[in-house]
Amino acid sequence: MDWEFILEKLLLITVVVTVSLVVAMYATYIERKFAGFIQDRYGPDRAGPFGILQPLADGLKLFFKEEVIPSHSNKLLFVLGPCLAMLTAMMTSAVIPWSSPIEIGGRTVSLQIADINIGILYVFGVVSMGVYGMMIGGWASNNKFSLMAALRGASQAISYELAMGLSLIAVLMLSGSLSLRVITEQQVTGLWNIVYQPLGFLIFFVCALAECNRAPFDLPEAESELNFGYHQEYSSMKLGFFLFAEYINMFISCALIATLYLGGYDMPFVNEANLSGSSAAIVGAVALFSKTFFLILVFMWIRWTLPRFRYDQLMNLGWKSLIPLALANMLITGAVILWTMKG
Amino acid sequence: MEALTQRSKPVDRSPMTWLERIYLWNIFKGMLITFTHFFKKRATIKYPEQTRPFSPVFRGLHVLNRDEEGRERCTACGLCAVACPAEAITMEAAERLPDEENLYREEKYAAKYEINMLRCIFCGLCEDACPKDAIYLSETFAPANYSRKSFIYGKKDLLIPNPVTNKEEYDIAKGLIEKKKKKS
Repeated sequence: MDWEFILEKLLLITVVVTVSLVVAMYATYIERKFAGFIQDRYGPDRAGPFGILQPLADGLKLFFKEEVIPSHSNKLLFVLGPCLAMLTAMMTSAVIPWSSPIEIGGRTVSLQIADINIGILYVFGVVSMGVYGMMIGGWASNNKFSLMAALRGASQAISYELAMGLSLIAVLMLSGSLSLRVITEQQVTGLWNIVYQPLGFLIFFVCALAECNRAPFDLPEAESELNFGYHQEYSSMKLGFFLFAEYINMFISCALIATLYLGGYDMPFVNEANLSGSSAAIVGAVALFSKTFFLILVFMWIRWTLPRFRYDQLMNLGWKSLIPLALANMLITGAVILWTMKG
Repeated sequence: MEALTQRSKPVDRSPMTWLERIYLWNIFKGMLITFTHFFKKRATIKYPEQTRPFSPVFRGLHVLNRDEEGRERCTACGLCAVACPAEAITMEAAERLPDEENLYREEKYAAKYEINMLRCIFCGLCEDACPKDAIYLSETFAPANYSRKSFIYGKKDLLIPNPVTNKEEYDIAKGLIEKKKKKS
């Protein structure tokens, strides 16, 4: 534990946080453009060429808005809600391996903030804490709609985390490790996990949509029924934090899906072993980011295609379809692994 | 009752097949539909730069007309004000002085002629009522403004440019030539 190590990690954290923030910022712009194109419109095109300064304008607007804290709300919790949402959204990025290690001046720098051997458990822990942001925000607003939304959000998150975890167990059985670095390295040398686990990928993807509160599972913020749900009473940058956290969550969960199922930083048709350390790392980062962006686009594409699920439909899908499917997937995977080990 | 169009389709209420019940295939089909919209023509026009053409019978802002010698046609008879259902028009008449014959066509003219654009309903009855062809409705509409007062349009705002002394602007107002684009 030398000072260079600490400096290196601090730098990496800064870079990762900045990148996630910028990606989240521009995800709002891309989302609006995407929605525009799907609906035969142009989307934002006034601020700067093609409207690329739109996210900055939006952020600036949010900063200058009046801060309103409802008089009957619990002020501490009211402020804590969006902070927690933002914090948990950022924390998940710590265990994602962004690329293979890079060599700078004879030092091998790992492009992963923390390669802990329980990476996936850590992700699950942090993601389930993300519900608290929503819960606390909805509760502290002291508003019926917000409370309803918070309840919905919490029950939705709990139901879908189950199926998500079950679908992941199959991946863990394949790889035999909880470390995301190990899972990725196995995919770099072997086949991607989606080949072994198409059903698991599908279940994980649907659950990720639900976990990020994205349409068609955006019940906690249902504009039409709950009037923006848990962030109804929020204004100014606190609202901005909630909205921002959603996009960061989306980015991180897409990166996670890419890491777990789509080979992480593995560039297809390129043998990384032939490349030198630094160029392999750059190629890997490009590969991971393009996979992540593709998944983000699919998330958006789904949002602007499908209408919102009804609450009972959501629960039916989660408990009656996804969990049994994930269980079956787990059992079949286990059986196949046993069979191949025997043979 | 007979259907007005042949576009309505009978609703298919047969039980869903397995493929339909798992819902994924239909989601995929829906996503293909939204994807095709990427390549469709945009319905939007970029407004301040692009405008939609008005129909030739559009009733917009009022214009007070001049005759070919550039004299105001209005004689302040007040028929337009009487015809106006919204009571948006007020005027004050004045007598033409001997040296003003190049300014006003008749012996009497409107010294003050005001239309309140917030009251006006753009029905065009003033245009119909006018015996002198002095007022007509153009193809533009009143631009937005910050104060109510600025929506009371006086003679300065309404009169068409003089065709004798200011030919170019008169032609622009008539729509005979294109307005020169501002260099941006």
